[in-house]
Amino acid sequence: MSSFFEIIRGGINTTFQDNGRNNLYHIGIPFSGVMDKRNYLLANSLVGSGINKPVIEFAYQGPLIRYKGNKINFVITGDVIFKIKKKENEIDGNCYESYTIEDGDQIDVISTNKSVYGYLAISGEFDINFQWGSCSINTKAYIGSNKGKKLQNNQKIKILNVHSNQKKILNYINTKVEKIRVIKGTNFNYFSSKGKKVFFEKEFTVSKLSDRMGMRLEGPNIENVVDTNIRSEGLIKGVIQVTAEGNPIIMLSDHGTIGGYPKIGVVISADYDKLVQLPPGSKLKFQEIELTEAENLFKIYEIETQNLILQLR
Amino acid sequence: MIKNISNLGDAALYCDFGDEVSREINSTVIRYFKNLKKKNIPGIINLTPSYNKLIVSFDLREVSFIKVKKIVENLDISEIPSEISKKIEIPVCCNDLFSLDIKRLEKKLSLNREKVYENFFGKEYFCYMTGFIAGMPFLGDLEKSMRVNRLETPRVKVPKGSVGLTEQFANIYTFESPGGWNIIGNTPLEIFDSSKIDDPNLISPGDIVTFKQISLEDHKNYNE
Repeated sequence: MSSFFEIIRGGINTTFQDNGRNNLYHIGIPFSGVMDKRNYLLANSLVGSGINKPVIEFAYQGPLIRYKGNKINFVITGDVIFKIKKKENEIDGNCYESYTIEDGDQIDVISTNKSVYGYLAISGEFDINFQWGSCSINTKAYIGSNKGKKLQNNQKIKILNVHSNQKKILNYINTKVEKIRVIKGTNFNYFSSKGKKVFFEKEFTVSKLSDRMGMRLEGPNIENVVDTNIRSEGLIKGVIQVTAEGNPIIMLSDHGTIGGYPKIGVVISADYDKLVQLPPGSKLKFQEIELTEAENLFKIYEIETQNLILQLR
Repeated sequence: MIKNISNLGDAALYCDFGDEVSREINSTVIRYFKNLKKKNIPGIINLTPSYNKLIVSFDLREVSFIKVKKIVENLDISEIPSEISKKIEIPVCCNDLFSLDIKRLEKKLSLNREKVYENFFGKEYFCYMTGFIAGMPFLGDLEKSMRVNRLETPRVKVPKGSVGLTEQFANIYTFESPGGWNIIGNTPLEIFDSSKIDDPNLISPGDIVTFKQISLEDHKNYNE
């Protein structure tokens, strides 16, 4: 019997994602890929799938899925409220715990809890196409699997290599952050000493106008004393640009590859997964850090992730 | 030559070739870019050349700033001659349906409509870089009499194929996107084709582009 997910409700921004695509910035194609990499790797580890396989990423309200096919395991990672609806009963699901579902069962991803992104992985393979080595959907550029579109109501996704395996549980809690550590940007000196002080001492609020491309922040004006524009140049994930109005905007995974606002700072790699999980309304502060310290913090973060994965082998 | 290399965060190199925008400096940026790309160095995951900067981003699990900096500093860019650039003609229709900002251009440039088109078409433009959105070329330089600032309030949606002007540059919106450039016309030509895996961009850095004015009829029938 062939197996598939029937998407009854697509959710707000539900896409297939994996590690993203490299070596395409120069033609204007962003990295994409999962927003929260640790939760992605943990999801695949919990269902015993290859660690780099495609998963379903959702934001805020997730999908409602009816499963058709042979027994399969799935898991949800992040901080997510969801239900598993079986013929005879309905249970509240726990994140980081794999479940076996069978023909006719439904997964209702109600919402993420005080966070933005969650991940759904399965002990099987979604039958989807890859573009430039990645399934990652970039809805703004119509790139990736599913014709570059988010998952739609009533669509069906075929699943291959279906099997079920032993239940796995990981004892893990996503820690919340209020401080995001940054390295000074290449245009740091465009800002007045007052502006720099505001950036590192005042609180900013995540705006509603945030998505996979970027996170806009609201707060006190960051005074620019040189120029509110620079010659357009490359961007990377985590760059904090300050717009002409004096507000910071942080580049996220689907960011435009070139930008013309001054760069005041760059979020360190170790804090990226935590940053993207801050929902609109969250308060955050920036803390300055040196390069060598940032490199060490990333090493520690990577070791932590690898240790969590090893527990699941 | 590179004037300075600094770190952009903990996972990228920021190579600064100066502040000037010229074909000469941009050609050096492109030579560094092409040499690095050809070398396919493990750990380097993206290269972003622009007018006078090159950003080299890397996987922090494999390499680090110091390592990549050394690689770039020791790069021999004399190895390959700069590639022969393509010449590409882009058909553009300037019917009122497409020339969205012609009135603004007339006013800002103090030129009449015919003169705006005359100054724009038939000239050779150099592609400095591609990006922002997939495949968008940044072309220059426009004549001095043709230079205007971007719109005070950017459009939420610029139609696909729109040809825009800002300062000394022209660009082409490869698909519908927000944008603040002054729209002079629209091309029916597919500038970015994601089904072409190896070469999705029609225009690459270093190419020479000319624009040719076409009628509304030709625009309509172009892809038939």
